[in-house]
Amino acid sequence: MGGLQKKKFERGSAANYITRNKARRKLQLSLPDFRRLCILKGIYPHEPKHKKKVNKGSTAARTFYLLKDIRFLLHEPIVGKFRDYKVFVRRLKKAYGKTEWSAVERLRENKPTYKLDHIIKERYPSFIDALRDIDDALCMCFLFSTFARTGKCHVQTIQLCRRLTVEWMNYVITSSALRKVFISIKGIYYQAEVMGQLITWVVPYQFSHDHPTDVDYRVMATFTELYTTLLGFVNFRLYHSLNLIYPPKMDSKVEMDQMEDDDYAMTSESNSEKLSALSASLARAVSSAEEEEAELDQFPVEGEDIEQMEAKEKEQKQQKLFKGLKFFLNREAPRESLAFVIRCFGGEVSWDKSLCIGSTYEVTDETITHHIADRPNIEKQYINRYYIQPQWVYDCVNAKMLLPVEDYFLGVNLPPHLSPFVEEKEGDYVPPEKLKIMALQRGEKPANEEEEEDEEEGEEEEEEEGDEEEEEEEDEEEEAEEKNLKMMEEQRSQGKSLQVKVTPGKVKAENSARLEEEEKAEEKRLAIMMMKKKEKYLYDKIMFGKKRKVREANKLAAKRKAHDDAEKSKKKKAKK
Amino acid sequence: MEESSKRSEQRKEMEKERKKGEKKRRKEEEEEEEEILIFNHKSAEKEKEDEDLSDSEDSVFSGLEDSGSDSEDDDDDDEDLKVDQNLSQQVKKEEEEDVQSSLKKKDEEEEVKRDEYEHDSSDEEDIRNTVGNIPMEWYKDFPHIGYDLDGKKIYKPIRNKDELDDFLDKMENPDYWRTVQDKQTGSDVVLSDEQVELVKRLQRGQFGDVNFNEYQPQVEFFTQEVMLHPVTNRPADKRSFIPSLLEKDKVSKLVHAIKMGWIKPRRDSRDDSRGRYYDLWASEDTSNLARHRMHLPAPKIPLPGHHESYNPPPEYLFTDEERALWEQQDPVDRKFPFVPRSFSSLRLVPAFPRFIHERFERCLDLYLCPRQRKMRVNVNPEDLIPKLPKPKDLQPFPTTQSLVYRGHSGLVRSISVSPSGQWLASGSDDGSVRFWEICSSRCLKTVQVGGAVKSVAWNPNPSVCLLAVALDSAVLILSPALADRQVVLSSDRLLSAPQEAEPIEGDGLVNWSDTEGEELNQGIRLKIQHPKAVQQVAWHTKGDYLASVMPDHSSHLQVLIHQVSRRRSQNPFRKNKGLVQSVSFHPIRPYFFVATQRSVRIYNLVKQDLTKKLHANSKWISSMAVHPGGDHVICGSYDCKLSWFDLDLSTKPYRMLRHHRKAVRSVAYHRLYPLFASAADDGSIIVCHGTVYNDLLQNPLIVPVKVLRGHVITHELGVLDVTFHPTQPWIFSSGADATIRLFT
Repeated sequence: MGGLQKKKFERGSAANYITRNKARRKLQLSLPDFRRLCILKGIYPHEPKHKKKVNKGSTAARTFYLLKDIRFLLHEPIVGKFRDYKVFVRRLKKAYGKTEWSAVERLRENKPTYKLDHIIKERYPSFIDALRDIDDALCMCFLFSTFARTGKCHVQTIQLCRRLTVEWMNYVITSSALRKVFISIKGIYYQAEVMGQLITWVVPYQFSHDHPTDVDYRVMATFTELYTTLLGFVNFRLYHSLNLIYPPKMDSKVEMDQMEDDDYAMTSESNSEKLSALSASLARAVSSAEEEEAELDQFPVEGEDIEQMEAKEKEQKQQKLFKGLKFFLNREAPRESLAFVIRCFGGEVSWDKSLCIGSTYEVTDETITHHIADRPNIEKQYINRYYIQPQWVYDCVNAKMLLPVEDYFLGVNLPPHLSPFVEEKEGDYVPPEKLKIMALQRGEKPANEEEEEDEEEGEEEEEEEGDEEEEEEEDEEEEAEEKNLKMMEEQRSQGKSLQVKVTPGKVKAENSARLEEEEKAEEKRLAIMMMKKKEKYLYDKIMFGKKRKVREANKLAAKRKAHDDAEKSKKKKAKK
Repeated sequence: MEESSKRSEQRKEMEKERKKGEKKRRKEEEEEEEEILIFNHKSAEKEKEDEDLSDSEDSVFSGLEDSGSDSEDDDDDDEDLKVDQNLSQQVKKEEEEDVQSSLKKKDEEEEVKRDEYEHDSSDEEDIRNTVGNIPMEWYKDFPHIGYDLDGKKIYKPIRNKDELDDFLDKMENPDYWRTVQDKQTGSDVVLSDEQVELVKRLQRGQFGDVNFNEYQPQVEFFTQEVMLHPVTNRPADKRSFIPSLLEKDKVSKLVHAIKMGWIKPRRDSRDDSRGRYYDLWASEDTSNLARHRMHLPAPKIPLPGHHESYNPPPEYLFTDEERALWEQQDPVDRKFPFVPRSFSSLRLVPAFPRFIHERFERCLDLYLCPRQRKMRVNVNPEDLIPKLPKPKDLQPFPTTQSLVYRGHSGLVRSISVSPSGQWLASGSDDGSVRFWEICSSRCLKTVQVGGAVKSVAWNPNPSVCLLAVALDSAVLILSPALADRQVVLSSDRLLSAPQEAEPIEGDGLVNWSDTEGEELNQGIRLKIQHPKAVQQVAWHTKGDYLASVMPDHSSHLQVLIHQVSRRRSQNPFRKNKGLVQSVSFHPIRPYFFVATQRSVRIYNLVKQDLTKKLHANSKWISSMAVHPGGDHVICGSYDCKLSWFDLDLSTKPYRMLRHHRKAVRSVAYHRLYPLFASAADDGSIIVCHGTVYNDLLQNPLIVPVKVLRGHVITHELGVLDVTFHPTQPWIFSSGADATIRLFT
């Protein structure tokens, strides 16, 4: 007996966690500063397994951080900077109050600043880590670069975001890393493969934002601060990996050409604008011709399979999807997006001179193969080019092949635009358009498509009906027999003499396969009965999920069928 | 004129003063001078124009300002002035205040009587016409042009000039070009030379005053050249010789602050520190810190599906119902945070209103959401299904319904198979007990007992052929005579055993009586009259003892054990331990099982004490069966459960089977085969394989092998009783649909 009595909540999980307020007090930071610090350092709360234990017996809702994380924050040099900034603000206020303008000026000049380089390095110890986490950074920067200079954030931030995003897009173009594009109602999604990492980002449509009031822009600005730093370093590294000059410069040849014709702004400004036009290739540290040659002869690595080689070849083919095609963008088509996508896949693109800087050829150019317009009709059309709607470009990219242009002519009802991110598993619903594209990819000809489809559908339906009928027939037979028996029994019970009659028996064709199946099903049913409660619960849950999936797929299919039927009947009516 | 001379004098004086260099005064003076100049000029004009006028300057001006001094005589003069005014209105307006102020000054100087309207500077127009400042076109069609102060009409001057006259006038009159019409009065006015000059000057944009010099030399009072003499004669302060203590203090403070590093020198390269990028990962260390091992990267945003497309396939768009549902749902419950929409072309796609919201929510998720590593259950559901021996390998067991015994008109409560396996007895609510030949499903005998039969039980002793029937408050012993003569005789002998000893216990409770007459003919041999309604009868294996159950909450008299051969009855329990549901004898040993509502009690009949109490984890036990080995018991309960007890293991059920959907009505063991069955209100009979091993260490193997259906559910009752054939793997069931079915 004896020894010191153990105190509660001094060991175990209670000692590993710390509430937010305590952490804040420990760091001697105000809540906004603490929030900033957490954002910058990537510290997030943890959910303890036993909340009540950690909460010292209370069940109040609290946010918990790992004590280790908070201790780690204690050593962060930026905390000191935050404090400096607080002092700075206080001094500035004082100087203002005393109207000591010289002091104000002096203080302003010595405004404490901090760098985030070490944080980036610490959070992302390797470059791949940084790439893996760059999705959010890209989304945020693309969003901020579309902001108007309305005081929601600093103008410098907006400009920096714009610069970084343009750099990123230029990199993607040069390395032709783009894989998928998707026009959604939210914005345009892009997916690129950079160093084996799939990176997805979304760009909002080019409209001015209706800034919501229930959004804390300080939080967003803090994130953007971190993300711009991250994106800058990543861009630097990526540019150097391709032997490009960073900050990017345009190819000297192109520059020379363009220098002649326009002198409308300062060179620095016009340079950045030309870069953002995405029409020119970038200057390289090593001359590009040599490198391309070097790229050409590749030796297959021994370990690589033939499949891998094939996949690589396919990829390369996709990268040169628009090679040799010359596009012209009409002024209503989304220029930046289209230029970006077309250039990524090796096409040439231009637009009206008055639309944006950086156009390379005129509408009148005879070599233009595709003219992208988004209006019902164009009056003056050239014969030797296709006039198509912008969706064609995106669909081609997603299908990894040049789709027939007929469906995308001006004024034509566009085929549905499908998400390239959906990968249908077995049992999922696949929209018929996707099946069509898959067939095209396999190299089947789309001739007489509709008819075939109709026929197939018809057959399927018939088959289904047939099955049902068979079943019904069997059921009916059984029912009839039962009825007969019942009749006889009734008669017997009523004391009537039976009509003794011997009818020739029918040989029941027993479907052995079906019997076997039934047997198996019953076995399974019986086995399921013997499951333990816990397992049964899990099993039921899984099966419920599966059934729901099937139900959803069926629902979609039914909806589609109804829609198609309605369309058909409409067509028929129109014909009549 | 005197005044003018005075002015010139003053001017001279002022010039002198100017030379003296007094600044303040001079400024004021300058202003004054200007005003005066203008005034002079005007007065001169007037003088020239109206030399004949006797009016003083004062009155002329007062004519402008007010109507107090005006008279009929000086109409012309005033009109002239008016014209002047109209022409030079702009200038006038600029100058008018100056003029007035100058007037005032002059008045003061000259001490002329003030006019009562002098201070009134608001109305400028000729007040003889009281129409006010209105467009005169309004009076175009009237003969008059306004009203005078007395309210009388002022008539337009008669004009009878036509075009010709006008032309002639133009040709002949040398003053035609300087004649203008006064709109206010409608009369023609000939402008004087000075007025014409003034008009011309104004048109050229020059000052109205001829004498005003716009380009006067500017006098610079302060120059950067240091002058020889001080401006003032004041001696310098003392403090200008002594170093300032205050400044010293300030400087020393600054020096101290710089020393201490409080004040920092200006940074020059501040822009370089930020926004300059370099190869951050030049020296990548692959050391995997513990922090990074523990780090949970934020999950990526789920990628968009077809729903989000700007032009999705038609099946992904909402129907009206789905849309209504979406709108009704809480934003948290919605499957998609947006309504799928379709646009015929890309240019029609609007901005997404919640874009910034979504990014912001993502930000919040990143820094506010607790992260937790959750193991996703990646289980193949097939693996969860226990691996059981195939039912095929566990044959024989009943699989198909082969015979239906029809004849009862009420629900068949109870059935029993004769130990020989040839006969089947059934008791029904229609008040009859029927005997069936099993193989032919023929009803051999029907005994009307006159009451709903609750339970029938065939004597398990193969050497006798007796059936116990429970109805109302009596137990009947029937001898159906469905066996060899010998067997019938032996059973008769048993029944007619000497009645030497009168029942000791249960005196007066139980009444044994022989039957006579009709009843005897039907085969009813004995009638044991109970005090309460009997629910169940159960034979001992030997066939001599018979137990009957009379469920009652309040009494200890619930179970009676009868000895048929000696016609004796006894109540084994002295206490009420709950509502007794069913009883059973141990097949081999002298034990007695009593199932109450929640538990099964096992009594040792020899020692007369409780051996074991089994807790069925169910609400209400409905039935019970004892394994022919005697070591296992199954209980069916009204809460759909079947519990298997292994008496060697514990008092808790070894296995609970929840196979039925509705209340389990009856359970049964097969005597020879390792089979047991349960029947329930859902109309199904589940036959299970239940091997009991001789090895005590091995637990019984329980495998459901067949679900039998056939009974029709009537009045929410399905199968009421179930029994196995004593030798064959057959099962009989009786149901609420008045049928008995045989499954083989």
